[in-house]
Amino acid sequence: MSTPLIELKNIEKHFGSVIALNGVSVSVMPGECHCLLGDNGAGKSTFIKTMAGVHQPSRGEIFMDGKKVVFNTARDAIEAGIATVYQDLAMIPLMSVTRNFWMGREPLKRVGPMNFIDFDKANTVTMEEMARMGIRLREPNQAVGTLSGGERQTVAIARSVYFGAKVLILDEPTSALGVRQTSNVLATIDKVRKNGIGVVFISHNVRHAMAVGDRFTVLNRGQTLGTATRGEIEAEELQEMMAGGQELAELEGSLGGTV
Amino acid sequence: MSEAETKAASPQEEARDERIREVSPLRKALIRPELGSICGVILVFIFFFLIANDSGMFSPEGIQNWTVVSAQFAIIAVGACLLMIAGEFDLSVGSMIGFSGIIIALVSMVMGYPMWLAIIVAFIIAMSIGWLNGYLVIKTGLPSFIVTLAFLYILRGMTIFLARISTNKTIIGGVRDAGEGDWLAAVFGGKILTGFFSWLGEIGVIDTFVAGNRAGQPVVDGVPMLVVWAIGLIIFGHVLLTRTRFGNWIFASGGDAQAARYSGVPVNRVKIMMFMFTAFCATVFATCQVIEFGSAAADRGVLKEFEAIISVVIGGALLTGGYGSVIGAALGALIFGVVQQGLFFAGVESSLFRVFLGVLLLLAVILNTYIRRSITGER
Repeated sequence: MSTPLIELKNIEKHFGSVIALNGVSVSVMPGECHCLLGDNGAGKSTFIKTMAGVHQPSRGEIFMDGKKVVFNTARDAIEAGIATVYQDLAMIPLMSVTRNFWMGREPLKRVGPMNFIDFDKANTVTMEEMARMGIRLREPNQAVGTLSGGERQTVAIARSVYFGAKVLILDEPTSALGVRQTSNVLATIDKVRKNGIGVVFISHNVRHAMAVGDRFTVLNRGQTLGTATRGEIEAEELQEMMAGGQELAELEGSLGGTV
Repeated sequence: MSEAETKAASPQEEARDERIREVSPLRKALIRPELGSICGVILVFIFFFLIANDSGMFSPEGIQNWTVVSAQFAIIAVGACLLMIAGEFDLSVGSMIGFSGIIIALVSMVMGYPMWLAIIVAFIIAMSIGWLNGYLVIKTGLPSFIVTLAFLYILRGMTIFLARISTNKTIIGGVRDAGEGDWLAAVFGGKILTGFFSWLGEIGVIDTFVAGNRAGQPVVDGVPMLVVWAIGLIIFGHVLLTRTRFGNWIFASGGDAQAARYSGVPVNRVKIMMFMFTAFCATVFATCQVIEFGSAAADRGVLKEFEAIISVVIGGALLTGGYGSVIGAALGALIFGVVQQGLFFAGVESSLFRVFLGVLLLLAVILNTYIRRSITGER
């Protein structure tokens, strides 16, 4: 088996006296969609923020392509090829699609002593990349606020892929979306994966995870409950692990298994 | 299944959502941030052209009069505009104007250093305070409204205190003589294109003085450096905001600081630099005023912070940050200057100026709210 794109070993994170993560290990292979499942408060957000360089782990190690790395800032992680798409923080609604697409990495054009944004290039690339993901924009100056939730996620994913992400972290990309938008986003994840990018898909919706996931890791109370490969595990088992056991099993009976 | 639904389900058609109407060019023009201020400028000019044309408001002297006043507003509005787009306010601008002026007078008149040094010292101190404003806002996470409100009082109090303990007065005069021949004072207090204006006087485009010690000279003898600074800052601010990477970061920091941080935008640095730029603009204003009046007074700049913010809001910026235009803010400042001086030329009771401002502010905010809804598609 090849080396993982990124491997996190025994990550611990303490906020004062609160232990948010207590030894979490996850690895992501190229072209794999690794689903990270867990209920609210399980430590999913803290974990991906550690992976994205927003938080620094209190203990534990991160390896990229087998080499140990340390991310002091989000920028370090971005430069190492880790891109994160946050559920509701992906885009700035008042800014144009182009300005959002290039935010933090604007293409520059030198005019005399000064550097300006190369808007010709920026607009062309934005339109092309969006078309590739199946979204036809009216114009690149269109504000992101005019796009639907699914389209915004897609802009964010397209942006990460364009900027050479090796690992793409998606934080609950489908939780606020309708059925059709969800299937669009899941289809986008599939396209991205086929390009050899490792996808970390965070969700608490087992069905969405089962639809695209290759491997599944369940977090509970800051710890890994184990990793399973596609086909080895049933949706019901994952569901139970996420909730930590029996309480949900009873609930599920009365609801007819539709949770 | 109806025709429309079948269409929407086919993959090729999916990208084009039939529920989004094509946007007309008129509506596109409507959601430009500058729209309100452009309309305002046109209305204000038509209004005063009708009621005050025979008062000399549009003679060369009259034009110089309201241009200078507008330029004063514009200088502080550019700083306030960029800061507001970056998502913060600075209520200490007015006090900063008084404070910087007194620093210049103290260092040059009381301590006896050359004028250029006094001006540089004032810029350094003011921008350090701007930095402190920004640092406190970032570190404490408090709204900039509160932090800079504190500095509104701290700086005003310090200004009066420093003036009183060193000179026993709150006005320090004689600065003009001290600045005579100083290279840096000329950058803030001189005039340019004086040769061009003399020539305009000679050919009779501009009236010349007929008597007194300036006989033969044109009544408007050049473009004041204050106006040059205003135009320079407007161009600088506009290009910075719309054409550069840093400008994109200003929008991003104000639009959603967290999203910007996640994309690798150094939000804290952007915001702190904008606080420093606002302080820089306030000090440009103060220096021009001190050199022009020849004195510094502890009560200079009162209420300027609000006038700057009103100019910016009339110019289409959103109080919540992330959206706005330097050109709009400059037009807002122009409206301000023309109305303030226009009422004077028209012989209208000058207290009505404030009534007018309040009404204008209200209209601008209502229009801006509508614009924001159009952009984001929210109801």
